[in-house]
Amino acid sequence: MARPAGDINAGSMADIAFLLLTFFMMVTTMDTETGIQRRLPPMPDENQIEQAEQINKRNIMVVLINNNDRLFAGGQEMPVEMLKDKVKEFLTNPANLPDLPEKREKEIEGFGPYMVSRALVSLQNTRGTSYKAYIEVQNELVKAFNEVRDDFAMQNFGKKYSFLDEDQQRITRDAVPMSLSEREPREVTKRRR
Amino acid sequence: MAIFRSKNSKKKVPALSTASLPDVVFMILFFFMISTSFRTSERVVTVKLPEATEIAKLDRKDLASYINIGPPVPAYQAQYGTDARIQLNDSFSTIEDIRDFIAASRESMSEADRPLMTVALKVDEDVRMGIVTDVKQELRRCSALKIMYSTRRKAEEKTGF
Repeated sequence: MARPAGDINAGSMADIAFLLLTFFMMVTTMDTETGIQRRLPPMPDENQIEQAEQINKRNIMVVLINNNDRLFAGGQEMPVEMLKDKVKEFLTNPANLPDLPEKREKEIEGFGPYMVSRALVSLQNTRGTSYKAYIEVQNELVKAFNEVRDDFAMQNFGKKYSFLDEDQQRITRDAVPMSLSEREPREVTKRRR
Repeated sequence: MAIFRSKNSKKKVPALSTASLPDVVFMILFFFMISTSFRTSERVVTVKLPEATEIAKLDRKDLASYINIGPPVPAYQAQYGTDARIQLNDSFSTIEDIRDFIAASRESMSEADRPLMTVALKVDEDVRMGIVTDVKQELRRCSALKIMYSTRRKAEEKTGF
């Protein structure tokens, strides 16, 4: 049998490729950046006279985490597991109770009038609060908002919020605004240098 | 049966061709080469991220700037102690450096992308909120309002309620 001349042995090609492959597999980290996305409120203009915004007491819920990572929501201490349901009740006020947030009719473009709650959750912390507790509470609050949005989307569009198209998502966002304020702690003026 | 038949006949079973093996391996190799991003900055603080469930993916990694806050790595503890510190780029920094850092990150982006810039806060879970609040206030002063608290995905609880 005559073999054609000039046949390069490519058998070791696989070995070389494997070597490179192993190297890249070892140095690769497949981590995707994930986290809780938030938007900070813009800094108030210094020349502007500080105008204490009048918010009705029934419309605001103060969620405070103190130095010992104890959680107080709406004036009472509670474990973090209970926070979500409490906030959901606060946001929706299903029975229209007089001590829970009022609702005001708002014309939503492409949807019509809807009773939008004027609830505002104010998250406060002290300098000694641990970051872990803060994130845990932040997470529960975002979860409460997301679930209320999901409920709204389910009722009106029959789908969860994340499956809605862009316009429907905008309507849901208008109907359930993410009114979560991160006030700076009171001691913020005493900044350590 | 084929073995017996081939023994009887003069024909031999052809060996399994491995000629396409390199092609397959190269294909996987290219995938890994493209998906790899080498760590650009050295960590000088240790960060153990807290866990959360309501997480969103960072959609534009190239528009993110990272602020690490945590206790220094053991090699630097003799020099800097174990109290939480801020790391910008490769070095220990103070609150005052954030302004320049944000300005430099803005500068490196194209005009259209600048409003989309996200500041990812990678904060160790044991850090106290005081330093985080200072950073947040400084970011507000720099009008870098889009932030993300980097977290790990929480494993689903095994025991339901």
